[in-house]
Amino acid sequence: MSHEHVSNTKRIWFVFALLSVVTTVEVILGIYKPASLEFNHFIGLNLLNWIFYILTIFKAYYIVWAFMHMEGEKSSLRWSVVSPVIFLVLYLLFILLTEGHYIYGVFKDSTIKWNF
Amino acid sequence: MEATVTTANNDEKTWGGGEHIQPLGASYGKMMMWFFIVSDALTFSGFLAAYGFSRFKFIETWPLADEVFTHFPFMHGVSAPMYYVALMTFILIFSSVTMVLAVDAGHQLKKTKVAIYMFLTIIGGFIFVGSQAWEWKNFIKGEYGAIETAGGSLLQFVDKDGKRVALADFAVKLPEQREALTRSHSTWFMEDAETQPTYTVAEVQAGFKAHPELLIRTEKLTEHKKKTVLSREESETHLANAKYVVEGANLTRNEYGSKLFADFFFFITGFHGFHVFSGVIINIIIFFNVLLGTYEKRRSYEMVEKVGLYWHFVDLVWVFVFTVFYLV
Repeated sequence: MSHEHVSNTKRIWFVFALLSVVTTVEVILGIYKPASLEFNHFIGLNLLNWIFYILTIFKAYYIVWAFMHMEGEKSSLRWSVVSPVIFLVLYLLFILLTEGHYIYGVFKDSTIKWNF
Repeated sequence: MEATVTTANNDEKTWGGGEHIQPLGASYGKMMMWFFIVSDALTFSGFLAAYGFSRFKFIETWPLADEVFTHFPFMHGVSAPMYYVALMTFILIFSSVTMVLAVDAGHQLKKTKVAIYMFLTIIGGFIFVGSQAWEWKNFIKGEYGAIETAGGSLLQFVDKDGKRVALADFAVKLPEQREALTRSHSTWFMEDAETQPTYTVAEVQAGFKAHPELLIRTEKLTEHKKKTVLSREESETHLANAKYVVEGANLTRNEYGSKLFADFFFFITGFHGFHVFSGVIINIIIFFNVLLGTYEKRRSYEMVEKVGLYWHFVDLVWVFVFTVFYLV
């Protein structure tokens, strides 16, 4: 078996502390919304949202790697789980957000009022 | 019972292909759980991407989350954005920790420890589902009420300082009333599709006229990410187009803004809550199996590991839902 049967309690509590700190930071930023972050954009997204997304991915990484014990699995399993999700999600987001933005433009520049 | 409680068969981890052959180094059960998780992750991604699509479509009028979710238990009238949902997030993360501790204890075949941690996980799951129900209740009930115009846009009321004003604070009671038509008062096929709001459009309009300090706030976001407040004259012309009084939220309309916002909120958090609920049920089943000593007899707590995978996945989804719905 790939899993050694020793106790990992220390690492578990470490990851818990990490996730808690990151969540706290997110909540504080979400409540105060510093204007310097919120109104400065980088590639179409404001800095505050960049931080939120990066911290989210960071938390997701630790949940999957530590809690779901992905770090103990073979790399073939790791890649078969992670790569399809990442590529399909990026593709889906690209298509849907581009189209959503396009429709926004159509409504904005036309006289059609269509709220659905 | 021999048929259900496995005592003789210790080959839980092997595939049909042979003693030691395990594709990708994973046992059959775990591999199937991973298959499920990947497909479920894509389902949730589809929902969240659809939310993004609709939000991009109405990017200038989308409701602001910190104005919608402002309740905290036992704190009436206090605007506490984010705090409650942050608490829910902590509860779910913590239940994930107890779950992984149960898995860890399972590796060392410590039955009592596994049972205790499983129990804590179940409690955490119930608290989370309960919190979500409470959040839904507040969302459905609403706080201030609003007006929907004939064109489908939403008007909210504010005072001179831009503070929200509830309909109940200014609407007048007019003598003519129309009650909702219910089956008990009519033939069986005659019934109003919606329940009647507390005030009619005419009552809100009359109340607005009587309170010259009130202004109307539209859905449109300014460049400072605040809702636009109209002048008194503009407010009056906008209010003349009023069609419905909206109180709270349902799938048709909601007092917070874009109709799609409430639809996605109900659908995505509802689907996630359903996952948490099924997770709790599965955890309870496994918890009793632990108590009965099923896995002790197998000398393997892999089943706990498998439900653990599912439980962590539910936590993982929440991390994304939290970001997309409450933060961004």
